[in-house]
Amino acid sequence: MQERQIMNQEDVRRALTRVAHEILEHNRGAEDLVIVGIHTRGVHLARRIATSLLEFEGIDVPVATLDVSLYRDDLGVRSQTQTRLQPTDIPSGIQDKRVVLVDDVLYTGRTIRAAMDALVDFGRPQQIQLAILLDRGHRELPIRADYVGQNLPTAIGERVKVRLLETDGTDEVALVFEDIYAEDSEDIGQE
Amino acid sequence: MSLSRAIDTPDIEGSLAVKPTVRKHVLDLDDFSREEIEEVLDSARGMKEVLGRDIKKVPALRGKVVVTLFYEASTRTRVSFEEAGKVLSADVINMSASGSSTEKGESLLNTGLTIQAMGVDTIVIRHPHSGAPYLLAQELDKVSVINAGDGLHAHPTQALLDIYTVKDKLGSLEGLKIVIVGDVLHSRVARSNIWGFAKMGAKVVLSGPNTLMPPDLIRSDNNIYRSTFSSRIEVDTNLARAIEGADVVMALRLQRERQNAGFLPSLREYIRRWQVTDDLLARAKPGAMVMHPGPMNEGIEISNNIAHGGSSVIEDQVTNGVAVRMALLYHVTIGPSQQL
Repeated sequence: MQERQIMNQEDVRRALTRVAHEILEHNRGAEDLVIVGIHTRGVHLARRIATSLLEFEGIDVPVATLDVSLYRDDLGVRSQTQTRLQPTDIPSGIQDKRVVLVDDVLYTGRTIRAAMDALVDFGRPQQIQLAILLDRGHRELPIRADYVGQNLPTAIGERVKVRLLETDGTDEVALVFEDIYAEDSEDIGQE
Repeated sequence: MSLSRAIDTPDIEGSLAVKPTVRKHVLDLDDFSREEIEEVLDSARGMKEVLGRDIKKVPALRGKVVVTLFYEASTRTRVSFEEAGKVLSADVINMSASGSSTEKGESLLNTGLTIQAMGVDTIVIRHPHSGAPYLLAQELDKVSVINAGDGLHAHPTQALLDIYTVKDKLGSLEGLKIVIVGDVLHSRVARSNIWGFAKMGAKVVLSGPNTLMPPDLIRSDNNIYRSTFSSRIEVDTNLARAIEGADVVMALRLQRERQNAGFLPSLREYIRRWQVTDDLLARAKPGAMVMHPGPMNEGIEISNNIAHGGSSVIEDQVTNGVAVRMALLYHVTIGPSQQL
């Protein structure tokens, strides 16, 4: 099992800063925005992006958290790594808001599909946009990200590991090779 | 008896702090680790959020079929399992012994095999005989079995919802004093709750007439509860003393249908000595909460005042019951798919 670092702490910081700027640019400000982080690491990234938005524009954008487990289409297909649900909390609501979904890794797109299904149960947003720290390709659904920290072409057997200060004590994205498990790397992203 | 096999999932190399337990059956609490109980409670919290939404429906168990198979009367347990299944989008079919082939003499096992042959995923069973859910779990290989109360043995989902309720209100069970009052002898709720509360670190004091205390729990040292939890379980037949400083007081239903064997001199005497009243509760810790697994005999084991007073969390127990049962249905449904 070998690891190759793709992004270090500074890379992650710069990528997130750029994504925050792009969000402001694309939406012409932060009016009506809600940042929705997908558990677990997406939530931390969402909070960081919101902090940047506050810093750049002085606007306190609401952050919501989403657990998509109950909406997944692969309960019986994929080996589950986690049965424990995490809090879904959307204090500001999403009706008529511009929602920016945030997750760490974009891979098959199934997590995002589940997240969109979950979101619409809470109202009808004006728009749903997607911000991703790392896009590793291999989509199984017609989904693309609006804001991408970094693109990284990968092989299916490889796994991507995102480590964040909040959960792992360091900021880093690494590629893990040698195909021990043909695991969905979004797993690792989520958990 | 550990039929609820915990299946190891491949450890995703350090990325998981805790290996999740994947469970096929819920038969008793005795094969739940404290960690797994916490996992169920966390999921139940997520489920409670779903129950608070305007649209109370998530697709998690779409295409799954749950049968509730009840050989005993029940309101809250059956309805809450049904609601739990439906909110998760499972199809729920309710069966009771009356009106089914049981009346024509079909055995439990054959009923179980029939239900399994229909492609049902989960059977929720309540049965007057202790151990009935184990029989189904042992003999049926394609369905998950959830025990919704068997004889005098266990009622694990009630215990989990009670643990959830206490934890929700008081933060943790560690070091709490929980007093269970009344007919412990006939109570499967008490058996599961004693186990669950003690497992979570609480001290459990049982109080009630000597005749309604399980003899093995009082006397013997080779009792499984005693050997597992030793000093965390106590019996004190002086209720006023038992309730002193309690954080939680749980009144049990006096099972009048089982009182013909001369356990009590009279109902009046039981009420006078064992009813949970304002006076008694005044001896507990300020802010102590009162629980009852239902159905209540108001005015017998619990006074009307207490049942509907500010310290009562009896309705919270019912609400939490739906969330906890959702979590359990979800967990056992994810479980078997591991084996694909």
